[in-house]
Amino acid sequence: MISTGDFSRFLETFAARIHDAKEELTQLDSAIGDADHGINMDRGMTAIMELLPGLPDGDAGTLFKQTGMKLISTVGGASGPLYGTFFLRLGTAFGTATEIGPTELAAGFRAGLEGVIARGKAGLDDKTMVDAMVPAVAALEAGVGDLPAALDAAAIAAAEGRDRVTPFVARKGRASYLGERSAGHQDPGATSTTILFESLRDALRAG
Amino acid sequence: MVAIVLVGHSPELLRGLRAMLAQAAPAVLVSVAGGTDGGALGTSAPMILAAVRGVLAEAPDGAVVLLDLGSAALALEMALDDLVPADRARVRVSRGALVEGAVRAAVEAAGGGPLTAVLAASEVPPGHDKLPDDWPANGTAPG
Repeated sequence: MISTGDFSRFLETFAARIHDAKEELTQLDSAIGDADHGINMDRGMTAIMELLPGLPDGDAGTLFKQTGMKLISTVGGASGPLYGTFFLRLGTAFGTATEIGPTELAAGFRAGLEGVIARGKAGLDDKTMVDAMVPAVAALEAGVGDLPAALDAAAIAAAEGRDRVTPFVARKGRASYLGERSAGHQDPGATSTTILFESLRDALRAG
Repeated sequence: MVAIVLVGHSPELLRGLRAMLAQAAPAVLVSVAGGTDGGALGTSAPMILAAVRGVLAEAPDGAVVLLDLGSAALALEMALDDLVPADRARVRVSRGALVEGAVRAAVEAAGGGPLTAVLAASEVPPGHDKLPDDWPANGTAPG
């Protein structure tokens, strides 16, 4: 079972990895977007790090709802509403539970993914964070019998999804302004989503 | 009188535009939501929601929202989703260019135009009559 403390460690890990990847994300975004994805995500996750100590040791739902609300108001770019919606839906799915099993984890991430798709209206192959998140959530769902293996499979699936769409032409967001020139550039949103699933795997494995 | 809400990434940009509107149409209520909660470049759904709710409370005739770039649309949509239906029904989102659209909308609103007219005024294509008709084509002016 996964405790709220485990999920706090997941958010801390994600914040630290995003901070480390800030330059890389910004550089990827400068090729096909407006060069703000690393800065925006780092600002948002830094705000989460400031938020975490003030949160009472409570349920997983509150943790992720607070995270979502904070990201919506601090990230600034399109990733604010998207990651914000993801964590809000995750929080709503977990509700007042303090211990989450593999099946609830997969269901929560499925709800988060559906929120991202509803908000951003992106589908597979549009070359967005959705292309990393769809296979990762499917891996979590397929692996509910063995959580460590499922977390590993999800992180790998996210990275494969990210790399799969690199040759594609972007159809959403600022990158779509570039048209054909976006082909061959790794997508920054799919990159940060891969970091999310790698952080989940590494934080829960450590616990 | 219809109110106007300006949504954008830069607080300074919107402050300047609001000053222009105050000069062109001082009676029109204008609210701005620019930057993140920390004042960085970006947009914030809660700030947009507060700005829209603020003008709707004062302006029974509704409000037209203009945005600077398409990347503000996600945060705007998220904010509008949180309005009660009666408030949402009094909001129109413009496809017009921010500066020209806002000035045209403010003038129309000051003249007492209804929501549909203010929206239409804001959506005049960018560049429309910005230059006089006899302005030389680019590349042909004596240099």
